[in-house]
Amino acid sequence: MTATIHLSGVGKRYGAVEAVRDVSFTLPAGQSIALVGHNGAGKTTLIKLMLGLIRPSSGSIRVLGEDPSAGAFAARRRLSYLPENVSFDAALTGRETLVFYARLKREPPTRAVALLDRVGLGAAASRRVGTYSKGMRQRLGLAQALLGEPQVLLLDEPTTGLDPQLRQDFYDIVGELRDRGATVLLSSHALTELEGRAERVLIMDRGSLVADGSIEELRRLARLPVRLRITSGNGAFPDQPPNWLGPGEEWRRLDSGRIAEIACAGEAKMDLLRRITESGGSIADLDIIPPTLDELYAHFLRSQEKPA
Amino acid sequence: MRNVLVTAGREIRAGLRNRWVLATTLLLAALALTLSFLGSAPTGTVGVGALDVVVVSLSSLTIFLVPLIALLISHDAIVGEMERGTMLLLLSYPVARWQVLLGKFLGHFAILCIATLLGYGAAAVALLAMGTVATAGSWAAFGALIGSSALLGAVFIALGYLVSALVRDRGTAAGAAIGLWLLLVLIYDMALLGLLVLDQGRSIGGSALDALLLLNPADVYRLFNLTGFDNVSMFSGMAGLSASAALSPPLLLAVLLAWVLVPLAAAAAAFTRREL
Repeated sequence: MTATIHLSGVGKRYGAVEAVRDVSFTLPAGQSIALVGHNGAGKTTLIKLMLGLIRPSSGSIRVLGEDPSAGAFAARRRLSYLPENVSFDAALTGRETLVFYARLKREPPTRAVALLDRVGLGAAASRRVGTYSKGMRQRLGLAQALLGEPQVLLLDEPTTGLDPQLRQDFYDIVGELRDRGATVLLSSHALTELEGRAERVLIMDRGSLVADGSIEELRRLARLPVRLRITSGNGAFPDQPPNWLGPGEEWRRLDSGRIAEIACAGEAKMDLLRRITESGGSIADLDIIPPTLDELYAHFLRSQEKPA
Repeated sequence: MRNVLVTAGREIRAGLRNRWVLATTLLLAALALTLSFLGSAPTGTVGVGALDVVVVSLSSLTIFLVPLIALLISHDAIVGEMERGTMLLLLSYPVARWQVLLGKFLGHFAILCIATLLGYGAAAVALLAMGTVATAGSWAAFGALIGSSALLGAVFIALGYLVSALVRDRGTAAGAAIGLWLLLVLIYDMALLGLLVLDQGRSIGGSALDALLLLNPADVYRLFNLTGFDNVSMFSGMAGLSASAALSPPLLLAVLLAWVLVPLAAAAAAFTRREL
């Protein structure tokens, strides 16, 4: 796997405000990465740095082998960007807008028209962008980001304003590009949506990168409890804590005692099940609920707030 | 270069769609037609020199109106696109900032050229239809009026970009543009006149006056149109000045061109350094 984006020790300050501090990571081709963090955590600043729209105060950035702020075009032709709150010249039609961007990327205008159909704007192509709804503008933004076989896609809050159907289509398109070897960076705070769609998660907090890894790695690191939902095979669970409950494990009864939900450490769950069967309990059904991205995210932010 | 033309094309298309072109053309045509009908009054029905009178009155009108229109179109070009968020996306494309600026300039200049040509051209057509007889010299002066009016527009488009590249928000840009217009079109001449009256010719000589006039593009334009052609300068009451002035029409044109290029280059430099 070749690296498409490489940041080392990147910092950016605006006057007294340190928007990004000492961020380093390498993103390979053919991977989709979620960049998560609060509003103001430095996600958009980081993306602008990768686009070369602003220059880093310290550190160095390489995107597709070039320094993005040097102003060379070769890398930018293979890079695409979808800004948060994308906006377009209201006077032009959807087709005119997309053809304009296609020309700047040296793409044939026919490709632009085909893309409009792909994002479901074919019928509205000759209407002025000023008359578009928020969702339609977002689709147009998506269409321009797909122009010209991009090898790096930087998508800032890409699915805001999209309906569930188009959201699904969007992730299908993004998955396709990734399978063809593109690096897809999705910035978002809708974490549950990214579950299963991003192989890797970067968590930003107040300008610093606080976690970087696959969701599984982060789960191991966080050591967050998994939750087991056990449906009893022989009547309701009793009211008082059962004797098979291990130290530090929490439990609660659901569905008037027919189901017990136990929170336990990930590696302790097999032991727990063994104890239940050994104590004579019968298990009719079992659900394992791993910690969600939201919980992981909250965990990493909490661990930042505690003094180290 | 292709990026410049693509950007210019978008700007012209948006201008046509926004009715900018239509509005400015109609405004200029209406005023030019009014002036050409009123302008024939002082020369009577004989009509000799009617075109020259029109050139004098039209150039006085242009000094007020064309800079205002040019600043209206241009003051918003950079800061407005930044505030609306369209600049962010555009600059992520393989296009340099100077190309964006030059493309916009060509587009806005084309819009202004169309408006001036059609608006003032309408006046010329109306004069011809009324049977006005004019000499070749008068037509040359009229042609020079249209050309130099477009050039004056270009000066103020470039100045508008400079304002737009320097300020933080659109409101400031609009205020600064109006201030610039007031300064160059109204206040400068009044202040200069006051200065000359006070000075009584003691320390400000002819060459110092020339230099002071060249420092204001509106005055350069006025000098070019009112003194550049003998038949016109007679009506403008500036025959004396034109005889004594050391400023030849080619020099005046060169100064106007410099007034386009210098602010445009400064705007490009300011825009390139700016962080989004």
